[in-house]
Amino acid sequence: MGWFKRLREGIQTATKFKKETPDGLWFQCNRCKETSTFKDFKENYLKCPKCAYHARIGSHDYFDLIFDKSYEELFIQYRSSDFLEFNDLSSYQTRIEKAIEKTELNDAISVATGTVMKKPLTIAAMDFSFIGGSMGSVVGEKIAKAIDFCLEYKTPLLIISKSGGARMMESAFSLMQMAKTSAKLTQLARAKIPYFSLLTDPTTGGVSASFAMLGDINFAEPEALIGFAGPRIIKESIKQELPEGFQSSEFLLDHGFLDFIVDREDLKSTIAKLMDYLLIKAI
Amino acid sequence: MVFLDFEKPLEKLYEQLEKIQQVGEEGDVDVSEMLAEIEQKIKVKKKEIYSNLTGWQKVQLSRHPERPYTLYYIEQLFKTFTELHGDRKFGDDKAIVGGLAKMNGDSMVIIGHQKGINTKMRQFRNFGMANPEGYRKALRLMKLAEKFDLPVVCFIDTPGAYPGIEAEERGQAEAIARNLFEMVQLKVPILCYVIGEGASGGALGIGVGDKVFMLENTWYSVISPESCSSILWRSWDYKEQAAEALKLTADHMFEFKLIDGIVKEPLGGAHVEPENMAKALKRHIKKEISLLKEMTPEDRIQARIDKYSNMGKFIEVEPTPEPIEENSNPEE
Repeated sequence: MGWFKRLREGIQTATKFKKETPDGLWFQCNRCKETSTFKDFKENYLKCPKCAYHARIGSHDYFDLIFDKSYEELFIQYRSSDFLEFNDLSSYQTRIEKAIEKTELNDAISVATGTVMKKPLTIAAMDFSFIGGSMGSVVGEKIAKAIDFCLEYKTPLLIISKSGGARMMESAFSLMQMAKTSAKLTQLARAKIPYFSLLTDPTTGGVSASFAMLGDINFAEPEALIGFAGPRIIKESIKQELPEGFQSSEFLLDHGFLDFIVDREDLKSTIAKLMDYLLIKAI
Repeated sequence: MVFLDFEKPLEKLYEQLEKIQQVGEEGDVDVSEMLAEIEQKIKVKKKEIYSNLTGWQKVQLSRHPERPYTLYYIEQLFKTFTELHGDRKFGDDKAIVGGLAKMNGDSMVIIGHQKGINTKMRQFRNFGMANPEGYRKALRLMKLAEKFDLPVVCFIDTPGAYPGIEAEERGQAEAIARNLFEMVQLKVPILCYVIGEGASGGALGIGVGDKVFMLENTWYSVISPESCSSILWRSWDYKEQAAEALKLTADHMFEFKLIDGIVKEPLGGAHVEPENMAKALKRHIKKEISLLKEMTPEDRIQARIDKYSNMGKFIEVEPTPEPIEENSNPEE
């Protein structure tokens, strides 16, 4: 018999379930589990200072890494809507609202235009934190609008993919975004405007099977998961273990589907170099 | 005859019908009146069942074991057909067939998913799940069509592109993406028909065209109801709900303007009167190709880009104005 009566359950919380420290102070690596200060993480180009793991970062992190200084965000007016009234364990409407609140983003992609070493570039970057970076109508429309912008202002396009695939809650509408984005890319190709596709962790499903694989240059960050079917689905289908390194950036490079792999530290200089080869003039 | 669960009431009626027929054959009893009566009952019951099919029931019909597949239609539709094999890069995929065919004197290129008609053939055809070489064979045939100015007709019937180690090694994602990109700008007419299952990127990989039609009892979706149930409900048991939620029927797809039309099936499904189904399909193809041939290649391509660019539903919000700083804020 204890001397004290436990009034609240919270005291029993194990260390591993304890709330994380406030954002902006510490970075805990998802791979090596080591903790570093956020300052060190940032100075290391948002890679783990201990093991160089390329952490999953957001669209605006990429904008800050790649653009010279300032950039202008475009097409922020688009929002997803639950037009099919899709309900599974939660309603799609709730999922959208929660995602907007949690991420402070408008949807799973952000588009911005700016300069890279004084050369103009438009970037469409995806956010995995927004419903798994899934592609619904808004993602398709923003890519379409970004392509129209590139056609009008003659800027190259960089799409940074980070997505689990199509957004199921928009059913066939999300599927058709694959055709829509590919259709728009034919216009960019015909205008001979360069399209760079950067594949980051993860790029799978409908995103990999459409615009992500259609770059004039396809390149990826190290050790990203890239593939059509997710590893879990393949494992279930063939009922055997998957080989080591299967569907990694390195695996795709080896099989001829990537031009090269780039360290986040060299991302900006690499893009500038590509634009230079393809004769994009400074403004 | 194979009866699906929701067709069970019909099974009993058909059994009765058979018995009466037997009696009629054996003796001198006149059964014509009874026969007429039971036939009428079957007719009424059929109408009752098939006019109110749920999404899941249509999925079941689209997978009916007796449903006609691509090669059946090819045999019925065309006077001659020469199958062409291989992607010229790796191999020949058995889950996608294609070749040159002739209909009323006009040559065309036919491409379609093919499922097997028995256990052995189902394995041979990999259940209609194509590997990258299938999509690349399809693209090779489309380029052949373009070179010789022939229209392309695609039949879609797949539970999805194959998820396997080799498929990934050979670039399943790239193969599908490339087809989307090339089909948008192919100079010749492309007609697509969903004749069974239209699952995800595996269907779309041969499914971008000037006009896309669905047979009445088929489905088209970003994911199969089973997989959707497993991911969103975390259980395989919600496939019926998933089928409803996905709004995957031909009626829905047409209402959403994601397809261009629906081809009606015989009452009870294409497998009940496959020859009539094939005849209807033939008339449809003939008419649609002649309409598409009236357009210039440039106009067709532009119309394709415009059509797909318009797909998507979203809302636009007014940009939020900068918050006006007011000194009267009581919290300050």
